[in-house]
Amino acid sequence: MAELNAVLSNPEQGSTREQELIAQVQRGQTELFYELVRPYERRVYAAALAILRNETDAEDTAQEAMLKALANIRQFRAESRFSTWLIQITVNEALMRRRRERTRMTEAIDDQRDEEGEYVPRDFADWREIPSEALERKEVRQKLAQALASLDRKYREVFVLRDMEQLNIQETAEALGISVASVKTRLLRARLMLRDLLAGGWEQGWFSRLPFEKGTKPW
Amino acid sequence: MVVNCERVWKEISNYIEGDVDAGLRAAMDDHFRSCKRCTSVLEGARNVIRLYGDESMIEVPSGFGQRLERRLAREARVRRRTWSTWSAWLVPVAALALIAGGLRWANSLTVAHPLQSEHAQAGHNIPPDLPVVVSAGAKEFHVAGCEFIHNKDKIRTLTAKEAIREGYVPCVRCLRKYLQTASAPHDSKESEADTSGNSEEEEERDRGQ
Repeated sequence: MAELNAVLSNPEQGSTREQELIAQVQRGQTELFYELVRPYERRVYAAALAILRNETDAEDTAQEAMLKALANIRQFRAESRFSTWLIQITVNEALMRRRRERTRMTEAIDDQRDEEGEYVPRDFADWREIPSEALERKEVRQKLAQALASLDRKYREVFVLRDMEQLNIQETAEALGISVASVKTRLLRARLMLRDLLAGGWEQGWFSRLPFEKGTKPW
Repeated sequence: MVVNCERVWKEISNYIEGDVDAGLRAAMDDHFRSCKRCTSVLEGARNVIRLYGDESMIEVPSGFGQRLERRLAREARVRRRTWSTWSAWLVPVAALALIAGGLRWANSLTVAHPLQSEHAQAGHNIPPDLPVVVSAGAKEFHVAGCEFIHNKDKIRTLTAKEAIREGYVPCVRCLRKYLQTASAPHDSKESEADTSGNSEEEEERDRGQ
């Protein structure tokens, strides 16, 4: 458990190379900016997609967010993680875009109140191990993307920021402008719903033919 | 403390976060040891976190990285140009302000008219009343008839002093002789005569158009 906590809460201090790059870009070497943000480009895209749910809008917002980060790079302070700062800018851009384009959005503005009552897991398939080969399969990536896209946005946003973008609970709450208690409630539901959506598939279909690595646990 | 399955499901996310007190954690650990279903839920939730936490799982549209790189490169070029233009201005503007102190039109130079070109050179040897021409959208002023005038159909004539005050800088081709140092004297009378002649021709041509 201690290892898991370490994984979840480790602030991943920026590497020395990253700190150098930040300093260089802050001094005006803007051509190095892409090298600085490249490791996070997928996460920036995922954050924008979680909020906008449209690939074109998400890509455009990801680019806009990067440009905004470049324009404001001198305001970045080393006490926060660069990736967190970048994701926060992205979330902000995406939320602004959604407000601006609300009337054009195809997704209904769903009720933002948290569901009453407890979530009861539906599927108790044994899903204890993940074969590492599974992670390399496009089919698996698509299943994950579909399952995530099927969640209501209030759950999807919280899950993406916490579990994919590795923001902590407090940062997630601040980025979305909701309470810490709401983040926790929604996170629980999102994790259990995704588990239900994926566990059955795991057992029945998409990666069951892969050899399991006996004796290894994901955590 | 003993916990049932419902309580476990409610707290399972906090448990994974390490956000439950020691008593509850111990009770949940006990429960997991004896409840296969809850263990399956716990392992599944961890698998979900692990799968989605692996950023190679994120599908980005094809060409996403290249498009981003291109856009950032474009922006970086714009920013660099803006900066280099500014820094190129700062030195000559400061130099002009200092050099111009002794000249009779010094005051007009120190007003806030930034030079429009990064090729700015101090034009203090140019006779202030020399007729020169400037054209719309250009940064330099020229002797009329100079072949380096852009937009020849949109020129206007003014004195060198006025052109400098408006932020134009001397053309290094047609006004070269004035831009040399004092150790290379020139016959200003002759050149003024030449250029004023050209200037009149130019003006006539303008009027004819």
